[in-house]
Amino acid sequence: MNQTPDYIKELRSQFPILKTKVYGKDLVYFDNAATTQKPLQVIERIQSYYTSENSNIHRGVHHLSQVATQDYEDARKLIQKHIGSNKESEIIFTKGTTDGINLVASSYGELLKEGDEILISAMEHHSNIVPWQLIAQKKNLSLKVIPIHENGELNMASFDELLSEKTKLISITHISNTLGTINPIKEIIKKAHIFGAKVLIDGAQSIQHGEINVSELDCDFFVFSGHKIFGPTGIGVLYGKEALLESMPPYQGGGDMIKRVSFDHTSFNELPFKFEAGTPNIIGGIALGTAIKFLKSIDTEQAFSYEKALLNYAEQELKKIDEMTIIGTATEKTSLVSFNVGQIHPFDIGTLLDKQGIAVRTGHHCTQPLMDFFKISGTLRASFAFYNTIEEVDVFIAALKRSLSLLK
Amino acid sequence: MSTFIEKQEAIIEDFDLFDDWMEKYEMIIDLGKEIRSISESQRNDDQLIEGCQSRVWLRTEYKDSLMYFFADSDAIITKGIIGLLIKVFDGEKPETIVKEELFFIKRIGLQEHLSPTRANGLLGMVKRMKMEALKHI
Repeated sequence: MNQTPDYIKELRSQFPILKTKVYGKDLVYFDNAATTQKPLQVIERIQSYYTSENSNIHRGVHHLSQVATQDYEDARKLIQKHIGSNKESEIIFTKGTTDGINLVASSYGELLKEGDEILISAMEHHSNIVPWQLIAQKKNLSLKVIPIHENGELNMASFDELLSEKTKLISITHISNTLGTINPIKEIIKKAHIFGAKVLIDGAQSIQHGEINVSELDCDFFVFSGHKIFGPTGIGVLYGKEALLESMPPYQGGGDMIKRVSFDHTSFNELPFKFEAGTPNIIGGIALGTAIKFLKSIDTEQAFSYEKALLNYAEQELKKIDEMTIIGTATEKTSLVSFNVGQIHPFDIGTLLDKQGIAVRTGHHCTQPLMDFFKISGTLRASFAFYNTIEEVDVFIAALKRSLSLLK
Repeated sequence: MSTFIEKQEAIIEDFDLFDDWMEKYEMIIDLGKEIRSISESQRNDDQLIEGCQSRVWLRTEYKDSLMYFFADSDAIITKGIIGLLIKVFDGEKPETIVKEELFFIKRIGLQEHLSPTRANGLLGMVKRMKMEALKHI
């Protein structure tokens, strides 16, 4: 592929921010793993909500409240169907992936006993490490780490060894935000269930790059963030199997999550509201629904396969550069590439790319243990979405070469 | 000898020669390559100012009532900006370092490097330079 197909150009035109100029140059936005840009219909939905619908939901008898409640709950249904869940009660709105993991760690963690084991992997984001450390400390649980191979793939032989009757929960990322590795979660879930362990899938990096069906996967929990799937920030989703969610104690107390409150006793609301204390991010939920509708309106199969082609092209061009090291070379990879050039600090390259209009991420990507494994302080990460073009990759490579000529 | 203000004005003039950001950074990078380093064997944790993106080491000396600074970084752009800061601060009285305004960074458009969100260690370095100077007042 040496030219961006027309259907991609058409998709791209629906994202107004991509026409932005930075320092007088056309913006090249390759930081999609951090957050994705928003299509016009999501932006317009936010405006129309505050222009003509804003009110608090679930308790109002008045018209606006009923309209907003209906839209918010419709969004929940849409998300439920989109990820293949069977019941609305299984879809909990959260602030994002981190919030979802903290909810499960705090609440499901309460059910665990001293000596129980939790498994995570060596490629987890800090948000899928620290919540488990906190609950492990509090409840005297044992936190074990599945190692990885040099190419960034999970060491499945070690996983098999670590898995035992003591394992109560495996919390693992579907796709590594630093390496792009796609983990064999179906196999992990199947094996975990043999030992009676539950599995939480961190879908922050996978929800926007492929079809997710929680029923087919048979995962026990699945978490993701709205802003990484073309929706707003501050909204996310925790999917949990109903029976499991029923068995868990509430996470936070407040309005909306109760059935009846007295000073002697409080009874809790039914799912999903039991886990949604306080006024939620109403427009966040509604606009996330709009983002899902947007995805449904496009040919995702074509878009996702284009992303892969874009990654292949970028990697092929990067490899032509002297002293290039690509970190994360798993066979199954999503559309992001982490790299370093010689001994040059990623911050230096990132700063110069920025001045040429190119947005990439530099640093440890909130995966310090992974940096320790590769014995590096950080990487540059270019992450693509289907609205990125072949021409942008060319601009990026040229800018990278110019940066390197100054730094060497 | 130039004053604290004059030294800053001189840097601003140097940078005014360039319109293009890449040229400005080329100058910073060249400066970063030039300035005296603290060799790895001489670095210690007391000198380290940890940033999220890059790290800075700072050593200070106080001689004949004046302050002198030696600093280093693992990133060359950070090191270049350190070079600019040292040009301004080196050989100054502790009172000047603590009280006088540091304005050139903003005027040459590099304020992003001294913002708390940048986390490259430079903000912490300026703070520590002032704290070290304060010890001698």
